[in-house]
Amino acid sequence: MNPKRCAACRYLRRRCPKDCVFSPYFPPNNPEKFACVHRIYGAGNVSKMLQQLPVQTRAEAVESLCFEATCRIEDPVYGCAGMISLLQTQIQKTESFLARTQAEITVAQIKHSQNQHSEFM
Amino acid sequence: MPGCIFAPYFPPEEPHKFANVHKIFGASNVTKLLNELLPHQREDAVNSLAYEAEARVRDPVYGCIGSISYFQRQVHRLQKELDAANADLVHYGLSTSTPGNVVDLVFQPQPFPPQPLNPVYRLSGASPVMTQQPRGTGGSYGTFLPWNNGHDQQGGNM
Repeated sequence: MNPKRCAACRYLRRRCPKDCVFSPYFPPNNPEKFACVHRIYGAGNVSKMLQQLPVQTRAEAVESLCFEATCRIEDPVYGCAGMISLLQTQIQKTESFLARTQAEITVAQIKHSQNQHSEFM
Repeated sequence: MPGCIFAPYFPPEEPHKFANVHKIFGASNVTKLLNELLPHQREDAVNSLAYEAEARVRDPVYGCIGSISYFQRQVHRLQKELDAANADLVHYGLSTSTPGNVVDLVFQPQPFPPQPLNPVYRLSGASPVMTQQPRGTGGSYGTFLPWNNGHDQQGGNM
């Protein structure tokens, strides 16, 4: 048993075994991280998800779960789907501005070459 | 069953929708989440949960974050192209006729894992093209709800 319980086992009020699936990713000095993930996904679901992943990918999986859980707590209706929506909107608007600006450049280039042509005449 | 909180949002002809949500979030967690929302917010909440759950099923490591990262890179690339195009316009002696007020969505710190606990919106012009949606109130995102755009919009993995 780990001499110091991980944040997950402390939260769940249980012993922290040596092979605890949570302990590498939920250190005892950051209890909010597990609280956040547990609130949205539940300990059982997180445990299942981690156990289905290769060990070398679990740290990244935990970080992404924490991120999504945080987004959901901040925005209970849209979660991080809302963020995706905002990014897609921003992409659409930027593409529109870019197209307009490139059209203006084309017009300016044509006028510029016409001016140069008329100077030679 | 009468009074089932799920019934309006999980039609029988879409069994995978609930299956994914149940697999990732669990039925009791979803019930709790929905009970904390006003009735008119629940449909969008369920759809966003279903979207996230499906993303997580497809990509068990990164879930939705893969899409966010992909779109953030696209935004940065497009902004650079727009800056270059505006510089070209200035070269022709023209002022930039585009409002130049594309809102940057900047997450601090960068890069992945992005931790936008407090996403910062940086305005580069007079007035925002889009206003920051009120957080936590289920403000409308108009037509750009990711689950309306099909899964092609999910973008690549990191």
